[in-house]
Amino acid sequence: MSTIRLTVNGKPVSVEVEDRTLLVHLLRDHLGLTGTHVGCDTSQCGACTVHIDGRAVKSCTVLVGQANGTSITTIEGIANGDELHPMQAAFRDNHGLQCGFCTPGMIMASIDIVRRHGAGLTEDILRQELEGNICRCTGYHNIVKSVLDAAGRMTAAQAAE
Amino acid sequence: MYQTTYHRPASIDEAVSLFAKASDPKYLAGGHTLLPVMKQRLAAPSDVIDLAGISELIGVEASGDTLTIRAATTYYDIMTNADVKKAIPALVHLTSLLGDPAVRYRGTIGGSIANNDPAADYPAAVLALGATVKTNKRSIAADDFFKGLFTTALEDGEIITEIGFPIPERAGYAKMRHPASRFALTGVFVARIKGGDVRVAATGASQNGVMRVRAIEAALNADWSPSALDAIGISDADMIADIHGSAAYRANLVKVMAQRAIRQAG
Repeated sequence: MSTIRLTVNGKPVSVEVEDRTLLVHLLRDHLGLTGTHVGCDTSQCGACTVHIDGRAVKSCTVLVGQANGTSITTIEGIANGDELHPMQAAFRDNHGLQCGFCTPGMIMASIDIVRRHGAGLTEDILRQELEGNICRCTGYHNIVKSVLDAAGRMTAAQAAE
Repeated sequence: MYQTTYHRPASIDEAVSLFAKASDPKYLAGGHTLLPVMKQRLAAPSDVIDLAGISELIGVEASGDTLTIRAATTYYDIMTNADVKKAIPALVHLTSLLGDPAVRYRGTIGGSIANNDPAADYPAAVLALGATVKTNKRSIAADDFFKGLFTTALEDGEIITEIGFPIPERAGYAKMRHPASRFALTGVFVARIKGGDVRVAATGASQNGVMRVRAIEAALNADWSPSALDAIGISDADMIADIHGSAAYRANLVKVMAQRAIRQAG
């Protein structure tokens, strides 16, 4: 057992756990943050996407030892109290989810995509960048609509700051 | 994850000494090959020794005619680096085709070439550019480094520290991507080295892993243009044949990807 110290959704966390534990298992089984899903468990589907120090990565393919000392953000950590993150709001407004299984990963990956591309994000770039996140319900049309809508809201909010 | 002991050394010396003490150790970099392979039980190392926390293994430098990329630098940090963009834009293009954005945040160039997957992208760039692979023990020329399927010149416990790329006059990379795995069904890297020599390497094609393509090199040495390859036939003798493509299909792809890579290199 090792003591793993992380910041999770802004709060310091210290857990006694084997450092070979997968990050997604730490989040779900030890910290009760079950919004992060295990889909394929082979780093293909993206349902387990979380941010490590602001970068969207697949938490099924990271050992907690590798993440020791970092800051993790999960789907539970992006809303501001009762106010949804603009990406969450846009997914709701544009019917960007059906069963919802892929949605936490889609949202975490998309926030990172918008952060990297800002106002330069086009539909073409977005469709390429979402290739590591798989949705088996709807196809991707409404997901793409949601992210582009959110990108507009997020860049407008940044410009207003 | 299955039973294994995780280590996070802070220096190369510490990593080497941990490796020497363990019964069946493996080095870990980004983990995006090793961890999936461990989940499948195709590898069950007693110890995993994480190299990603060793700061001397991370970074990019351009000086004179050489671009040096340290081994634990991630794909994302390579493709967004200003020196790489300026010195060898074909490397940025190659990296942008590799995996997906989440994978590119974790994967490292050293991990990719140490693993030497027969369909990985970086081995083609390292071989075509005639790079030098430096380790904690020695320097190895690219032509001597890749030894076939998942096999390299690395000795047990040896660690790649950096890859030195001679900055080429021109270079390009074209790849037929497998739509699910994103690995190369076939990828070809073409480079015109300063001074004029052409080197060409293909990945994903041969059963023996990454390879130089001498027939294409000879044709391009005479005439650097896509049409110089029109009359060339690539032998399908040692090509991979699987459900995704026959040996003849891959042999043809070597030529077609080389032509696209030249167009891209300009």
